[in-house]
Amino acid sequence: MATYQDSRYNIALPSGSGGAIVPIKTLTASSSDDLSFVNGSSDVVLDNTYRTYIFKFINIHPSTKSAFTVNFRDGSSAYDATKTTTFFTCHHGEDDSPTTLQYAAGSDMAQGTGFQNINYEIDTDNDSNVSGEMYLFSPSSTTYVKHFMIESSATSDDGGDQITRAFAAGICNVTAAIDAVQFKMSSGTIDAGTIKLYGIA
Amino acid sequence: MANYNAIKYDGFSKGSLTLIKTLTASSDDTLEFVDGTSSVVLDSTYKEYMFIFNNLHVSADNADFVWQANAAGGSGYNETITSTYFRSHFLEGGSDEFLIYNTTNDQAQGTGFNPLLKELGYDNDQSGSGYLHLFNPSGTTFAKHFISKCHAHGAVDSAVTNFTAGYLNTTSAIDEVQFIMSSGDIDAGTIQLFGVA
Repeated sequence: MATYQDSRYNIALPSGSGGAIVPIKTLTASSSDDLSFVNGSSDVVLDNTYRTYIFKFINIHPSTKSAFTVNFRDGSSAYDATKTTTFFTCHHGEDDSPTTLQYAAGSDMAQGTGFQNINYEIDTDNDSNVSGEMYLFSPSSTTYVKHFMIESSATSDDGGDQITRAFAAGICNVTAAIDAVQFKMSSGTIDAGTIKLYGIA
Repeated sequence: MANYNAIKYDGFSKGSLTLIKTLTASSDDTLEFVDGTSSVVLDSTYKEYMFIFNNLHVSADNADFVWQANAAGGSGYNETITSTYFRSHFLEGGSDEFLIYNTTNDQAQGTGFNPLLKELGYDNDQSGSGYLHLFNPSGTTFAKHFISKCHAHGAVDSAVTNFTAGYLNTTSAIDEVQFIMSSGDIDAGTIQLFGVA
């Protein structure tokens, strides 16, 4: 018998398989101080239900020129998990300058507990924003550190309008489970935008 | 007209990623995905396959997690590969932060195993995670491209993001993929194979 999935996608899926990307939660910013995904709250699942989680952030727009950032909760009420991270970017200006690929030492962390930059500062022009994704691996593990990898593209203003593609990645250097993730701007609010959380079964 | 998918999921199509097989390491020398064996599908069913690695743990300190492929009807994991490798790196102690292309980890028509995670630490809490995309392995016209990004907790207590990409320089179909450690075994962790519809 043809299943809904067969008819919708016009492919025959292997027996016993199923869709593996499961939408969990969508948060939409409206002058929000932060957007937080807390396991067990507001239908959010961020535990051992899935091995891999993906956050998609789409058209994040700041109220003031600032960087979009992320942090993780590892048992207390605070978003302050210890992190060691790397960060590099490539840039291209609308006027054809700069054209660079560089490691950005000021945006990485060595056992820091603050918020990790996802990209550089985004200006407040109406069309400026940042979009991208973050993989978070096995956040519920109590054996290993927690790996995360972020890629994003921003319309930034660093002496001129430009695209900044940023690559941030690292570990929450803790064996405690990560049960919540918070996004916010380095100053001001998240004026608009959407963040979606998915689980990969 | 909005379809079911748009209404229900408002994003990814639920059928776009299909779990095919999960392998869990337990002091294994190798983890292999062979089309037609143990429910593995690695053929023309999908144009793209994705392997996701979660918390791979090594038995030997400083080992690399590497992979190779075997063509249909061939013998041995020794396909010809041309690849690139670069990484970003930072020590927990706050030094050695850099982005670098590393010529010792790429291949130019080599037949060796290609790195995915370099220099993993073997402390109890250290591991590596990431993914590998393999495009159209069943094709018999083109070379087979792959792209990978993986993050390691390095043996020198570092955060290391590994970026590899390249192609299996063969027009033969690829139907077997093998993962190993450069030394020791895969002590623990999971590798999942997905088909991308």
